[in-house]
Amino acid sequence: MRRRRPLPRSEGPWAWLAAGSVALSLLMLTALLLLIAVRGLAHFWPATVVQIEMQDGRLLAGQAVRELPLEEGHGNERLYFTGNRDLDGEIWHWLPVDAIASVERPPELTVLERRHHGRFIGRLIAVGDAGTIDGNHAQQAVWTRLEARLAALEQLRGERERLRREVLRPLIRRLDANPNDADAQLALVEANARVYDLQLAMRGEVALLESVDGRRLRQPLEEVLRAWRPNAMSLPQKLAAWAGGVWRFLAEGPRDGNTAGGVWPAIFGTVLMVLLMSLLVTPFGVLAAVYLNEVAHQGRWTNLVRIAVRNLAGVPSIVYGVFGLGVFVYGIGSSLDEWFFSDSLPSPTFGTGGLLWASLTLALLTLPVVIVATEEGLARIPVEQREGALALGATRFETLARVVLPMAVPAMLTGVILAVARAAGEVAPLLLVGVAKLAPQVPVDGEFPFLHLERKFMHLGYHIYDTAFHGSDVQAAMPLVFASALLLVLVILVLNLTAIFLRHHFRVRHGVQPRP
Amino acid sequence: MTLPSRFQPSPGSIIDFPPEASCFQIEGLGLSYSGKPALRGLSLRVPRHRVTAFIGPSGCGKSTLLRALNRLHDLNEEVSYEGKIRLEGEDIHAPEVAVDELRRRVGMVFQVPNPFPMSIYDNVAFGLRLQGGLTRRRMDDIVEWALNAAALWDEVKDRLRASAWSLSGGQQQRLVIARSLAVRPEVLLLDEPASALDPISTLKIEELIRSLKSQLTLILVTHNMQQAARVSDYTAFLQDGELVEYAPTDTLFTNPSLRRTENYITGRMA
Repeated sequence: MRRRRPLPRSEGPWAWLAAGSVALSLLMLTALLLLIAVRGLAHFWPATVVQIEMQDGRLLAGQAVRELPLEEGHGNERLYFTGNRDLDGEIWHWLPVDAIASVERPPELTVLERRHHGRFIGRLIAVGDAGTIDGNHAQQAVWTRLEARLAALEQLRGERERLRREVLRPLIRRLDANPNDADAQLALVEANARVYDLQLAMRGEVALLESVDGRRLRQPLEEVLRAWRPNAMSLPQKLAAWAGGVWRFLAEGPRDGNTAGGVWPAIFGTVLMVLLMSLLVTPFGVLAAVYLNEVAHQGRWTNLVRIAVRNLAGVPSIVYGVFGLGVFVYGIGSSLDEWFFSDSLPSPTFGTGGLLWASLTLALLTLPVVIVATEEGLARIPVEQREGALALGATRFETLARVVLPMAVPAMLTGVILAVARAAGEVAPLLLVGVAKLAPQVPVDGEFPFLHLERKFMHLGYHIYDTAFHGSDVQAAMPLVFASALLLVLVILVLNLTAIFLRHHFRVRHGVQPRP
Repeated sequence: MTLPSRFQPSPGSIIDFPPEASCFQIEGLGLSYSGKPALRGLSLRVPRHRVTAFIGPSGCGKSTLLRALNRLHDLNEEVSYEGKIRLEGEDIHAPEVAVDELRRRVGMVFQVPNPFPMSIYDNVAFGLRLQGGLTRRRMDDIVEWALNAAALWDEVKDRLRASAWSLSGGQQQRLVIARSLAVRPEVLLLDEPASALDPISTLKIEELIRSLKSQLTLILVTHNMQQAARVSDYTAFLQDGELVEYAPTDTLFTNPSLRRTENYITGRMA
């Protein structure tokens, strides 16, 4: 018997259109991530430093940043990062490409990362005591000496930090509790003396520096954080330096008005705020959903509440910020201050923006998402499951607690995932209820009560905004903006993955649904 | 004496048991969903330690009647009752009757197997844990006994910690029966327990039902007349919310006293 095979029916243009949209979205997403990843991560690469001789005889040293065409027919103009703010008053130079006579890469060119005035780019002449320094040392010996001294200084700084953290702060806490503790007073004097000794040991040495055009500079070594000679570095050395740079960006606090240094307090603040928000929003959202779906009489009134809750999700976030400011900060916060912290008035404790109010505001903002997701999860649980529990003699509450809620946990976590995704990227309401430009002290420390809910905190989203628009040098801050943006994306990704992992765990624990 | 035909279509066709031999005594039961009657003037007695089957066309009220017996309609605010249901002489709607205690005494197995998303052991122990006060040893014993009674022990004894949802449909249904048996009910209501299962699983469930009647009273709702004939001792035929005929199964299937019953069991009406 001959069987006729059906001809494949063309799906028409719709399938192509749909697939094309997906491809385009994916492409845009990848491009976006690539852009912020490349621009952000390139910042930490120890880029080659060139010495430029202009046709008019001027000498400059710096790193090429980018090139733009000049007006019609005048060739290109190149931007160099030249550092040396203390010598030039300017760290950027736009040079017409046609006016450049030669570009060299002398291996001895040195870059110094300094606590003040940003980077130095030039030559290292000598290292020695401030009084007796002269310029007659062999290059290699000087470089070795500088590296040794910088390592020693790093160690001294670490020792000082350790002393402050482990000896001084506990002592001060002891004295706060009992000002007449003679042992503590003695120990404090001793510890202070040791810190002073350390600081003395750091002082006194200078590096004699020379820019490529021959101007000399005496740079106190204690101000120098790092030094490297990018032209003399091998690829593994550069990679190590890059990794170190990325690590310092993640682990250190900001310097120089957020234009340099790391973002650790901002990472910490973002994660802590989101976690607190999740802790606040989950129980409220779940209870509200349980009431709406399980307890309340289903009628017009409950539907009205449902519509209201869904619409709350559409309210602009800044409105929540205003609400948080008015109710939490000025309302509840001020009252708390009057009742419990009247000693420290007029300086406010809870009567100003802080971690708690920010978390609460964002919890309110994300509440509808959690309620809706949980309610949908509860509604999906088959009626046979509930009846099965009831038929075994379970009360309504026991059915809810032992069968229905455990089965709805994945749905609740879906709600939390959506809430985290929304809250972690939210900046506008935070401006009103507690984010700070600079709060190097993170809200968790060894001091009772360990979690300081009243403190202001840093947030990656706000840090990006602040670095991009409020710094003294936008050009210098741009790479940090990209790096922070990349980090914000990664933080949200990690938070979401955690929740997704949890959800998967619960799904597996409750078995896979036997029926669709 | 003639009763209104509405309530008692043919007096001779309703078998009666003395109160002391019956566990459920239903007297003039009427039930309506938001004013729409689903059951009307229904009176029958369910014999103890026997299998009684309710048959009838879809929508005749047989499941509704079954759910009335353990007050599963309570959650639905639109349901209203009249008449009385007595369990061992006690009105189940009396205010002093705790509904969870009633449901513990009157277990129920549903059409679709509904094991909870937990391990096999936890499923069987669910009802026991609700009551509490059992030692681990005792709980283990009861779980084993219940699984044995439901003819499932040999198949699952090595994987009691596995998810109940990993079992086949027939095993799941027997697990659900074991779960009900574990709380030692006096009556087990079965709402089309085999309709979602394959023939072999169905056979096992039927064997199980027959084997259980020495321990408790079983009430079976089924749309499968062969099943009712195979499994039950007594059969009640319901139509349009009324009890039409109630007789020993053999009698009802071989020699029905009413035309309506005969039409239904011979398939001359839907």
